[in-house]
Amino acid sequence: MSLRDISLDDIESLAVGAWVLGTGGGGNPYLPLLNMRALYREGYRCQLMSSDDLADDDWVGTVANMGAPLVGQERLTDSLTLARAVTAMEKHIGKRFRALMSMEIGGANGVRPFMAAAHHKLPVIDSDTMGRAYPEAQMTSVAVGGLAPYPMTAVDVRGFESIVHRVPSWKWTERVGRKICVEYGSVAATCQPPRTGAEVKKWGIHGTTTKAIAIGAAVREAQRRHDDPIEAILKVEPGKLLYTGKVIDVARRATEGFLRGVVRFDGLDEWRGSAMTINFQNEWIVAWRDGQPVAMTPDLICVLDSVSGEAVGSETIRYGQRVTVIALPPPEVFLSERGLQHVGPRAFGYDLEFRSVFSS
Amino acid sequence: MRRIGIDVGGTNTDAVLIEDGKVSGAVKAPTSEDVTTGILDALKALAATGVLKGKRIDGVMIGTTHFINAVVQRRHLTKVGALRLGMPASASLPPFCDWPEDLAEIVRGGVWMVEGGHEFDGRPFMPLDEAAIAAAAREMKARGLKSVAISAIFSPLDPSHEKRAAEIVATELPGASITCSSDLGRIGLLERENAGLLNAGLADLARDTIAAFEKSIRDSGIEAPLYITQNDGTVVEAAQARRLPVYSFASGATNSMRGGAYLSGLQDAMVIDVGGTTTDVGQLRHGFPREANSVVKVGGVRTLFRMPDLMSIGLGGGSHVSLDPLKVGPLSVGYRLLREGIAFGGRQLTTTDVAIAAGRLSLGDKAKVAHLDAATCTRVFGEAQRMVEETVDRMKTEAGDVKLIAVGGGAFLVPDKLEGVSEVVRVKHGDCANAVGAAIAQVSGECDQIFRDMARVDAIARANELAADRAVSAGADRNTLSTIETEDMPLAYLPGNALRVRVRVVGDVAAA
Repeated sequence: MSLRDISLDDIESLAVGAWVLGTGGGGNPYLPLLNMRALYREGYRCQLMSSDDLADDDWVGTVANMGAPLVGQERLTDSLTLARAVTAMEKHIGKRFRALMSMEIGGANGVRPFMAAAHHKLPVIDSDTMGRAYPEAQMTSVAVGGLAPYPMTAVDVRGFESIVHRVPSWKWTERVGRKICVEYGSVAATCQPPRTGAEVKKWGIHGTTTKAIAIGAAVREAQRRHDDPIEAILKVEPGKLLYTGKVIDVARRATEGFLRGVVRFDGLDEWRGSAMTINFQNEWIVAWRDGQPVAMTPDLICVLDSVSGEAVGSETIRYGQRVTVIALPPPEVFLSERGLQHVGPRAFGYDLEFRSVFSS
Repeated sequence: MRRIGIDVGGTNTDAVLIEDGKVSGAVKAPTSEDVTTGILDALKALAATGVLKGKRIDGVMIGTTHFINAVVQRRHLTKVGALRLGMPASASLPPFCDWPEDLAEIVRGGVWMVEGGHEFDGRPFMPLDEAAIAAAAREMKARGLKSVAISAIFSPLDPSHEKRAAEIVATELPGASITCSSDLGRIGLLERENAGLLNAGLADLARDTIAAFEKSIRDSGIEAPLYITQNDGTVVEAAQARRLPVYSFASGATNSMRGGAYLSGLQDAMVIDVGGTTTDVGQLRHGFPREANSVVKVGGVRTLFRMPDLMSIGLGGGSHVSLDPLKVGPLSVGYRLLREGIAFGGRQLTTTDVAIAAGRLSLGDKAKVAHLDAATCTRVFGEAQRMVEETVDRMKTEAGDVKLIAVGGGAFLVPDKLEGVSEVVRVKHGDCANAVGAAIAQVSGECDQIFRDMARVDAIARANELAADRAVSAGADRNTLSTIETEDMPLAYLPGNALRVRVRVVGDVAAA
């Protein structure tokens, strides 16, 4: 078995890469990154472990924060609270975890398992359950796999601890969890339903932390050299450049607790005269070029700042920003009929037959 | 109304007199090391033109880079006691946690974190721990701290905990300068707190600088209140600028754009300000620069400020020119133009030399640049044109041609015909547009708050009222108020149709 030592520089790259994989949502990883810098200064260290090295009967804790990114901007994010969510779960199920992993690699939750892992002195598995960010608990590989949607622990920094002991489906995990989260002040540290080593090996989306670090490292290196960061991403990932343009309109509305809306772009460079529109529900869902759908979930649609190469989120994208849109290939598990039921365009209310950017 | 506008730039200090809506005098004086001498010289030069004689001046408005330079250069900063109300949340990321260490070393006088703060919906997060605040203030006193920055979770929504803490600190630490983060606005605890810490760190410099400004005005024999221009193209009275110096960080570029709008009479246009080293391009909307909406780093510290959305390129009157291969900028001779340019006996070919050779400028010694033939001049101007066109295009937010107002000393580099531009507007006194922008600055009020269970129109109306009241208490004349920016954003995950509304209102300075 081999564990990879994770340096602070890896975490810096992870923060940049996870934000790219956030596909517009998932929250900016800046605050988790600050926590990791502080932990590393204090001497804490983290390691990355391949799911191949798990025994079938090992237990793995899945860590994520739930809530409104805006509340996180005020209450900040705290590594000990995440560690407590893990402890509460271990106590509840009466097992010790062999390792921790991320529920969603995209956005801030891509970094958070490391915050809990530092305190618990556990390795982080190089897998997650989304391969990107998605807005709801049933939009995961483990939900597609029909694995148990309970129990879940939800912890608040003031000492509250709640346990969702049993629910009939992943949609109920989402609904009940969200109620608790709102009462806490719209932010909660959670340990998601625990997984066995066998489950992680079968249903995890593998290599995603390594992938996020590679994307982030490519962007950061390009920034240092004043090279094109978009080109750098496309060198390390088999993605496709879809469009270059500037934002000419952003319309947002909050419905059923989500941020939905549409962004319109006007083309620049070789896309001059061509229009793009992207619909979002926290994350970018469908991209249309001149009226035709050119990319849709579960393909990853990434809107990036054309100069810095850093991701642009749906909560903060604004009029006049100059961006490049790329697509990255989706996790295999979401391409099955069942996978598409969970995360395909129809799961978000778009009557479109899924067609991957990468299928031609 | 009769106002003097002053812009203290890197090279020159410009002063203009605006009288009955017209520029009746404009002068330039070299910026001095101590800044105030330059202001006094500029005012003397303005007086020497005779335009001030026997006239009552209603206000002197100064735009300065003094405060931002202090942060960037790590000079003249005060040690600050940081008091955060929000425990047990946020403990792992204390005040100064994302500052560059060299700056934190200078400003950090101590960190105290106690229980307090609010939730997004107005519920208290934790009861305010008043005893701990008093104890913290006593420790600050023991350490000799005289400037305190207070921040609390969600204080832009409910500032009561910060205000109560300020009262307690003022009792224990009489005479201290106290900055509350809620006075600096936006949501985002670290960024708002950082702005508060910087502000508190500028307490001594702000007091001394404003006093020096007031003295140079008095010494020049002018009797008028002093106003300081802010990042968003508005002004505040000297007393408020002394209290909140961070709001004056980036007023130079804003003043140029506002001046361009005023001199041209255009409210919605692109402005290009060509200086000695850089060219800034920005978009005017309703006569104000469109704002950048993202985190802005000041001296390495992440803050959320009202800053103009600008695109800057390395093109100006002092830009180096190489002919083979053709390259213009980004290097520049800057304020050494009159020594280092070829037409002035120097050795560096600059855009100004080319303009002299082409007859666009009559400066220096034309014979020294006679070797530059017409074809060469055309090539250099062509390159400058390409750079300008690309930048203007990148700043455009919609298709179609725009009007472009060209200001600044290097505006000769902007040709009359440009791709994507319907008209290049040139204005008299365009080289002093920044001082004009200072002279005409208005007063603003802002509201940035979350509303729940309210119809969108009602929430926006309420935000408008709050912003208008803030503008009036900042010195605006209520009869001249207008809303220049409304932005609303529904908040994902929050119940009760939560809507964040940001409204900005401006008005003319009320007559004393």
